[in-house]
Amino acid sequence: MSDLGAVLREGLRTLTFELGGPGARERLQKLKPARNEYGVDPYGFDVDYAVAAMAPFLWLYRKYFRVEVHGLEKVPRAGRLLVVANHSGQLPFDAAMLGLSLLVELDPPRFARALVEKWVPRLPFVSSFYARLGQVVGTPENCRRLLAAEEALLVFPEGVRGLCKPFWQSYHLQSFGLGFMRLALETGTPVLPVGIVGAEEQAPALLDLKPLARLLAMPALPLTPTPLALPLPTRYHLHFGDPLAFTGSSEDDDAVLEEKVERVKDAIRGLLRAGLKERRHIFW
Amino acid sequence: MPGLVAVTGISGHLGRALARLLHTETLLVGIDRRPFPERPKDLVHYEVDLRKRKLDEVFRRHPLEAVIHLGLRHDPRTPFSETHSFNILGTHKLFELCVQHGVKKVVVLSSANVYGPAPDNSNFLTEEAPLMAADRYSGVRDLIELDMYAQSFLWKHPEIETVVLRPVHIVGPTIANGPSKFLRLERPITVLGFDPMIQLVHVDDVCRALALALRPGARGVYNVVGPGEVPLSTILRELGRRPIPVPHLVVRALVARAFEARLTDFPPEQVDHLQYLCAVDGSRAVRDLGYAPRRSLRETIRSVLAS
Repeated sequence: MSDLGAVLREGLRTLTFELGGPGARERLQKLKPARNEYGVDPYGFDVDYAVAAMAPFLWLYRKYFRVEVHGLEKVPRAGRLLVVANHSGQLPFDAAMLGLSLLVELDPPRFARALVEKWVPRLPFVSSFYARLGQVVGTPENCRRLLAAEEALLVFPEGVRGLCKPFWQSYHLQSFGLGFMRLALETGTPVLPVGIVGAEEQAPALLDLKPLARLLAMPALPLTPTPLALPLPTRYHLHFGDPLAFTGSSEDDDAVLEEKVERVKDAIRGLLRAGLKERRHIFW
Repeated sequence: MPGLVAVTGISGHLGRALARLLHTETLLVGIDRRPFPERPKDLVHYEVDLRKRKLDEVFRRHPLEAVIHLGLRHDPRTPFSETHSFNILGTHKLFELCVQHGVKKVVVLSSANVYGPAPDNSNFLTEEAPLMAADRYSGVRDLIELDMYAQSFLWKHPEIETVVLRPVHIVGPTIANGPSKFLRLERPITVLGFDPMIQLVHVDDVCRALALALRPGARGVYNVVGPGEVPLSTILRELGRRPIPVPHLVVRALVARAFEARLTDFPPEQVDHLQYLCAVDGSRAVRDLGYAPRRSLRETIRSVLAS
C-alpha cells in the first residue's frame, strides 16, 4: 500500500518536472522551506508532497487553462508580500493557477501561501490536503507571523462573494474586505495587484442557492450549467501589476482604509480592463 | 534555585520525574494523597489531601521558599463534583497558605489544552489567546478554572512570583495521560480525512521548564512546547500504529457509545484533538525563561513506547 503510494508520488513528481518545462526540476529544488526531520514545516507544508500534488494542477495550468503570464518581472523576488487578486470561477482554480505561476515561472521559484476560509479546516480531506500544500487559515495572527517571516501570501479580498458570484457580474469586483489593508499597514508589506482574466468565465453561475448553502453550512452554493468540478477550458491570463506601498496607521477609520483599498481595486480593475482588451478570445 | 521547595502531586508520573531532577539541587517536600514509594532519601513526603487541615502543618513545619503545584486530578470516569472539589478547593487552600507563610514563588502546571482544539484556531496560539476549551468539552473546566485562578493570583499578589506553565501534550515512558494512552493503542481511531499538526513534549523537558520557572525573576504565563510539530499521521506512522479512520459524521457517536460501554476511556469530545488544531507558540518561554527542549522530535515521539 505504502509502496504503491511511493510509486504514485514519484510518478507525479516526474510529471511535475516534465510539465514544469526545461530546468523545472532544478528550479523547484531551490524551494527550501524550514522543515523538520519528518519533512514538514511548522504549518504542515510538505514540499515533497506539494511537488507531487502539483502535477494534476500543473497539467491544468499548461494544457487546460494554458495560462499566460504578463508582467512577471514586477513580482518582488524576496521579502514579505501580499499578492492580491480578483476571485471567481466557483472553485478556486484561479488561486491554484496564481500560486503555480509563482512556482514554475520564476527562478528561483517563489512559494506563496493562500489564506483559506475558516470553514476549510472542517472539511475532510480538503483540510489536510491544503495544509500539506502550506495553506493556512487566514486569521490575523497567522498572517502577521508569516509576513514577519518574510513570506508571500495570496489574498482574495472578495472571498466567497467573488468566487461564487453569478456570471452577469463577471469582472465586476465585489466588495473587498479591509483586513488585508490593515495587515499591509501594520507590517509594512507591499501589495502586489494581480488581474486574473479567464477564470471568470470558467463556470458561469446562474444562481446561488443561499438557503440550501446555509443548510449545508457552506458559504455559498452556486448552480452552473457545467458540473462544478469541471470548469470550461478558458484560457487564463495572469496580469501582474506594480507593487503598491502604503503608509498610515492600521488603526485608522474604515473610511480611510477604504480609500487605500480603493487604490488596490483600481489597480486590479486597470489590469483586468487592459487584459480583457488584449484578449482575442475566451478560449484561445 | 530556592533552597526548600514543596511539590504537590509528587507521586504522579510527572511528579516523580521532577523529584528525580530536582532533589540533587534543592531540598524537596512532597505533598500528595498517595504514598510515594521509592522516593529519594532526602525527600520528606506528606500523605495529605490539599483540602485538609494537615496541610497547614506542612507549611508550619517547613519554611517553604517555593511551591510547585502539579496536583490536579483528572479522570473522565470520576464524577465531576469530586475532582472539582479536590482541584479547586485544594488549590485555593494551597495558595492561601502560600500567602500566609510568605512563600516567594508559586509555579502552577496548567496545559495548552486550555485553548481547546478548534477549526478556526490560528496555527500558533499565544498566551493571550482566549481559553475556549470548555466551550466544547466540560471535562477541562477544572483545568481552566485553575489556570484563571492562578492568573488572578499572579496579579493580586505581586509579592509572590507566580508562574503558570501551559505545556503541550506531555509524553514519556511512564506518563499515563490521555495523549500517551492514545499513542500506545495498537489500532487508534482517527478521523477520516483529517490530519492536524500535533505538538508533543517529553516529560523531561517539562521538568526542565518547571525548574527554570523556579529561578528568581521568572513570573507570568508561558506555553511550553517540545521540539516541533508534525501531522498526527506522521506520529502514528513513526510508532508503527495501524489507525482506524472513522468518518467525522459518525466518529463522536461511536466513541460516545464505546465510552458508555466502557470499551474506551476517551471521552467523545476529545476527538476534537484528532480533527482540529490546538498548537501553541512557545517563544515567550524561550525568551524569558531560557527554556529549550533537549529531546529531539523523534525521541519525543518514541518516548511513549519505552517503559
